[in-house]
Amino acid sequence: MAGAALLGRLTWLATEVVDAVQETPRVRTLVLEADGWTDHRAGQHVDVRLTAEDGYQAERSYSIASAPGRPLAITVEELENGEVSPYLVGEVRPGDRFEIRGPIGGYFVWDGTGEAPVLLVAGGSGVVPLMSMIRQRAAIGSRTPTRLLYSSRSWDDVIYRADLEEPGDGLEVFHTLTRSQPPGWTGYSRRIDAELLGEVAWGAVDEPRVFICGSTRFVDTAADGLVAMGYAPESIRTERFGATG
Amino acid sequence: MSIISRGFRGRGHEGPPDRVPPGQYLTDDFPVLSAGPTPHTPLEEWTFSITGGAEPVSWTWDEFRALPSEEITKDIHCVTKWSKLDTAWAGVSVDTLLEAVEHDASFLMAFCDGGYTTNLPLEDVSDGKAWVAYTYDGEPLDPEHGGPARLLVPHLYFWKSAKWVRRLDLRDEDEPGFWESNGYHLRGDPWLEQRYWGD
Repeated sequence: MAGAALLGRLTWLATEVVDAVQETPRVRTLVLEADGWTDHRAGQHVDVRLTAEDGYQAERSYSIASAPGRPLAITVEELENGEVSPYLVGEVRPGDRFEIRGPIGGYFVWDGTGEAPVLLVAGGSGVVPLMSMIRQRAAIGSRTPTRLLYSSRSWDDVIYRADLEEPGDGLEVFHTLTRSQPPGWTGYSRRIDAELLGEVAWGAVDEPRVFICGSTRFVDTAADGLVAMGYAPESIRTERFGATG
Repeated sequence: MSIISRGFRGRGHEGPPDRVPPGQYLTDDFPVLSAGPTPHTPLEEWTFSITGGAEPVSWTWDEFRALPSEEITKDIHCVTKWSKLDTAWAGVSVDTLLEAVEHDASFLMAFCDGGYTTNLPLEDVSDGKAWVAYTYDGEPLDPEHGGPARLLVPHLYFWKSAKWVRRLDLRDEDEPGFWESNGYHLRGDPWLEQRYWGD
């Protein structure tokens, strides 16, 4: 395969944490400096490898949150009984080092351009690769009409809340809060269902492109709902997270 | 030489080392990875076929279920890092399916509902190494896990065990399938950590 020959092996890169931003109580963004990092496409992920003093290693994959061409950032949600995520969310601090390799994945990607409208559907930390797309779209001044439908448990669990407050320029953001809502909440207050999708999603006639990221059940509900609305299955790209830690 | 991550201890090695490939961790869940919506093909419309041989062959669902089946218990390894031990399946050996076809191919491409494809050398699906499975843990295979039937090639990363498989196309040459065209390794041996292009 020509691509393999051209790209060569994705080698492990020495990586330093240069900044850590607490996004929510359970979620942190790490800004990374990786020796020899080449750029990524919005939607891709990296593999992270931690090594303990006794030589034990653990690897996990994390979505890239930053736009291409900007300082590389990943956003990590701490999972109960996780092995790697509690370290990255709770322990790591600027100056600490580990290894990454990537970028990985060539399908769940969007360069921010295009005539057809784009629908982004995020469940919880599934927003991370979609945020990279949103940032890319803003960075290049794209006018592609774009809607983000973002399901979180509560207002305090909304990742990138400040960044999403003033979307502007053809980006619309719709929140739904499934577990608790702040006083005076005017957004949606339930899990995504057919009616909610019908109100938020572009009509199928607009031939939108769709990126959905979240838990398996969330992704299935959203994807099935959009197919039922007449969306072409091949216009819907999904990324699901199951057990990872 | 790897970089030591300050303060990281981790859980240490889990499970028998000869069953958990490098970079993998054990899970009891059965996570799902797919690139698009889950297809739902009614069984009465479902067929399984093999093309690229002397003559194409095809089975309906009832014919397929009447083929000799095997019970298979295997460890599985997903490129997203989880491994799951002792997963229990039933299905038809690819050896049995290929007996129905006259061919001298060296590779195949699996085609699935939803447009997914994956490539495999015949060697990796012969001699009791691969099945088309239709039950998991004694139950009909859930659509989200590839039902009604999926490939099961447990000695390779699990993306090779294509969900919703409908056709095997026999070929002389190896060509990349879906994930193989999107950055993932052409063969995907977890013990060699063949995850991505160039591994």
